[in-house]
Amino acid sequence: MKRKMGEVLSTCIPIAIDNCNTDLIIPARYLASTTRDPKFFGEAFMRDLRYDADGEPISDFVMNQPDYCEQPHEGVHEIIVAGQNWGSGSSREHAAWAIAGYGVRVVISSSFADIHRNNLLNCFVLPVVVSPAFQQELFESIAAVPQNKVKVDLPTQTVTNLATGHSEHFDINGYKKYCLMNGLDDIDFLLETLPLPSKFVSE
Amino acid sequence: MKQARTLFDKIWDAHVVQDIEDGPTQLYIDRLYCHEVTSPQAFDTLRDKGIGVYRPDQVVAMPDHNTPSDQQQCINDPVGRKQVETLQRNCEEFGIKHFAMGTKDNGIIHVVGPEKGLSLPGMTIVCGDSHTSTHGAVGAIAMGIGTSEVAQVLASQCILQAKPKTMRINIEGTLPAGSTAKDVALYLMAQMTTSGATGYAVEYAGSAVRSMSMEGRLTLSNLSIEMGSRAGLIAPDETTFAYLKGREYAPKGKAWDEAVEQWKQLYSDPDAVFDKEVTYRAEDIKPRITYGTNPGAGIAIDECIPTLEEVPETERQQFLSQLEYMQFKPGQKLEGLPIDYVFLGACTNGRIEDFRAFASVVKGRKKAPNVVAWLVPGSWKVRQQIIDEGIDKVLEDAGFELRLPSCSACLAMNPDKVPAGKLCLSTSNRNFIGRQGPGARTILASPLTVAESAVTGVITRHSV
Repeated sequence: MKRKMGEVLSTCIPIAIDNCNTDLIIPARYLASTTRDPKFFGEAFMRDLRYDADGEPISDFVMNQPDYCEQPHEGVHEIIVAGQNWGSGSSREHAAWAIAGYGVRVVISSSFADIHRNNLLNCFVLPVVVSPAFQQELFESIAAVPQNKVKVDLPTQTVTNLATGHSEHFDINGYKKYCLMNGLDDIDFLLETLPLPSKFVSE
Repeated sequence: MKQARTLFDKIWDAHVVQDIEDGPTQLYIDRLYCHEVTSPQAFDTLRDKGIGVYRPDQVVAMPDHNTPSDQQQCINDPVGRKQVETLQRNCEEFGIKHFAMGTKDNGIIHVVGPEKGLSLPGMTIVCGDSHTSTHGAVGAIAMGIGTSEVAQVLASQCILQAKPKTMRINIEGTLPAGSTAKDVALYLMAQMTTSGATGYAVEYAGSAVRSMSMEGRLTLSNLSIEMGSRAGLIAPDETTFAYLKGREYAPKGKAWDEAVEQWKQLYSDPDAVFDKEVTYRAEDIKPRITYGTNPGAGIAIDECIPTLEEVPETERQQFLSQLEYMQFKPGQKLEGLPIDYVFLGACTNGRIEDFRAFASVVKGRKKAPNVVAWLVPGSWKVRQQIIDEGIDKVLEDAGFELRLPSCSACLAMNPDKVPAGKLCLSTSNRNFIGRQGPGARTILASPLTVAESAVTGVITRHSV
């Protein structure tokens, strides 16, 4: 899942659920796996909202609707526009694996839960925080024309709704931006800092 | 003059390895806990890189999520079994202390850590589990992390974290009789919402918190994450020291005396400034239950679910969809409603005090025939204490069975699943859709409320 990110220009999947917790993003029964297979987790993404107990698609859930059911690929559904407080609850990184495994590269919301936000970044999925007004505008533009695209440009930290031409700046610290743009992860950075200063002694 | 600092600042500052320019802080971690669910892929990362664990002595692992509570000879589900076996194998390979399933050291990490004195004041503690906030009750920075971060700590004993803002929540006064730490937490979630403390590290203070037992404090800190806060600290005091003294891994003799002297410095300076500070009256906190599918959707037991008119217009659709799942109606009173299951346990309320409270209510009475009850100690130590104190006999006489230590019915990862459509009154931490099993309906409450209702068979306040 390690990849370099620059600009993502794509149609979006609108998941307008506020406080969507990581139990909903991936139910606990998929957590017992020891695999790292992105496909396994991608298939479990929003599982219990997508499928009923018999494994039949739930037709009125957004990801099963004709406009949004296509699996993400370049320019298509690589962006999720989500309700506020996205990813609350459990720390399970499996939720970020599910999002990345499904093929999503950017999640846009007005707010993210802290642990999930870090997990997304560690999985090379960009969490973009926008104002509630901009989030609402995105939902409306997508509902009006699902083929409308949104552009997320990491180098300039700008998100643009192409339907209206409106843009917003988003925050990301310089360190993490550099990591995402160059496909670097934190563990390599930390290994470079070893051995630790003698002040931090072993037990 | 030295700048006034909060408790959080003092611990954080002592663990800063470096502040990265325009980036996060590299923070030293004293204690990493691992369980079977969020660690296997982290160990794989170490293997990929051909590296070992940097400070194996500071890592402690135990399975808890997949553990069955009826027998612990074997896990019947092959996927769950493999995960537990993988943890054991990883611990052997990397030289990590491992408390195996079914042994006297095992239990839920967030119960075992404090009770063994592995979590101590002033520490930085992390685990791939959001309820790691629990350990903050001893006066530590304890945070849930993801699996990539577990790998980072295994590899370097450090983590990269942006420093959160600080918030102090004061609970002043005396709780009404029958209100517990759990009710305080449920009250706070309803007041602050499930994202009200996102971006903050919370410190709990005030006379009501000071007078809580250690078990109560652990319950309160445990639920910090349900307001969005990754950490919930309580300054250590005599209650903390009395709880920790003599614990298996706590310092002994002279080292103990020295440690206590240091720990006494762990408090927020009187003029320390928090980014946010709120105060609530303990007298306002009555015994509570939830009605929706997030822990913030709660009421006092004698209140009704809000009517549609009482809910802001923008929130009505989601309010109604929560009630639809719960099969409740706006304005409905839940007191007196029949329940199908009760669950006493989890890292929230699986400690000895919770079992004492439950037993005090059911003593000399009988479990209602319509109720299936799961009483699951948080650790083998708690279970032994229950037996030593004769609580198991009280429970048995009242028609309850004591099960084996496990995360059990808190999350549907072991055989203890609440069937679809059934209503469970639970001391656990989350009432999310499907949390206790696909289609299961969860109401969160305190051990006292759960005990009273287990006897009456309907949602009932415990009157003292």
